[in-house]
Amino acid sequence: MSELTPQQFTVTRADLVRYAGASGDFNPIHYSERVATSVGLPGVIAHGMLTLALATRAVEEWAGGPDRVVEFGAKFTKPVVVPDDDEGVVIDVTGKVTAEDESTRSLSVAVTCDGVGVLGAMKAVVRV
Amino acid sequence: MPIDASLVGREFPPTAPYPVTEVKVREFATAIGAPVVEGVVPPTFPIVVAFAAMNDFLADVEADLFRIVHGEQRFAYERPVRPGDVLTATLTVDTLRQIGGNDIIGTSSLITDADGEVVCRTKSTLIHRGETS
Repeated sequence: MSELTPQQFTVTRADLVRYAGASGDFNPIHYSERVATSVGLPGVIAHGMLTLALATRAVEEWAGGPDRVVEFGAKFTKPVVVPDDDEGVVIDVTGKVTAEDESTRSLSVAVTCDGVGVLGAMKAVVRV
Repeated sequence: MPIDASLVGREFPPTAPYPVTEVKVREFATAIGAPVVEGVVPPTFPIVVAFAAMNDFLADVEADLFRIVHGEQRFAYERPVRPGDVLTATLTVDTLRQIGGNDIIGTSSLITDADGEVVCRTKSTLIHRGETS
């Protein structure tokens, strides 16, 4: 398989609260509209690490488990604004193999929200 | 207030040792919607320790967390994290740039286990948004 199975993840405000507690990242830009807009953000935004965690899940599933992922990362190029409703926002993840050798495969992963990239230069290296 | 450029190259003291428990891993996996599998730790989990190092750093430079936006994050593993590990993060400031009133802070953190062996290397770019923004 040279491509990830495309995946969609939904993120709601409740997910941000849960992630804040689990990660220890209590930056108020992830729960307070007032604070987020005061620093020039368009609204409450998802933790970049939550978006990266979701995208990495797609890589893990493709690779056959979390332990196979040896390297990964991305730039948080565009904030994922999470509306104060029950529907939340949908994140799309696709990816393809860019290089392989005997023991590893390298992937380039595209993460978008409403068709616009939210993570930049996302790459992952997995053990075969 | 811009961040002091003399910080570049400075290594901060290691964070307090962090015991990785099954309960905490389950909480983290649930928060990212990942399957909960005993003994398996999500690859983004070390952010918990890296974030603690970042908080210590922000307190030291008297920067407000709400002015920080995460710009980039990378992880490179030596071995997977396991429940029972006791992890410590040591943060170094690699680069500092000022662009349009914002500080762009490049950091790296070494995540080590109780034996001092490297488990994971992380790199983070933090954007400290200036007061005018």
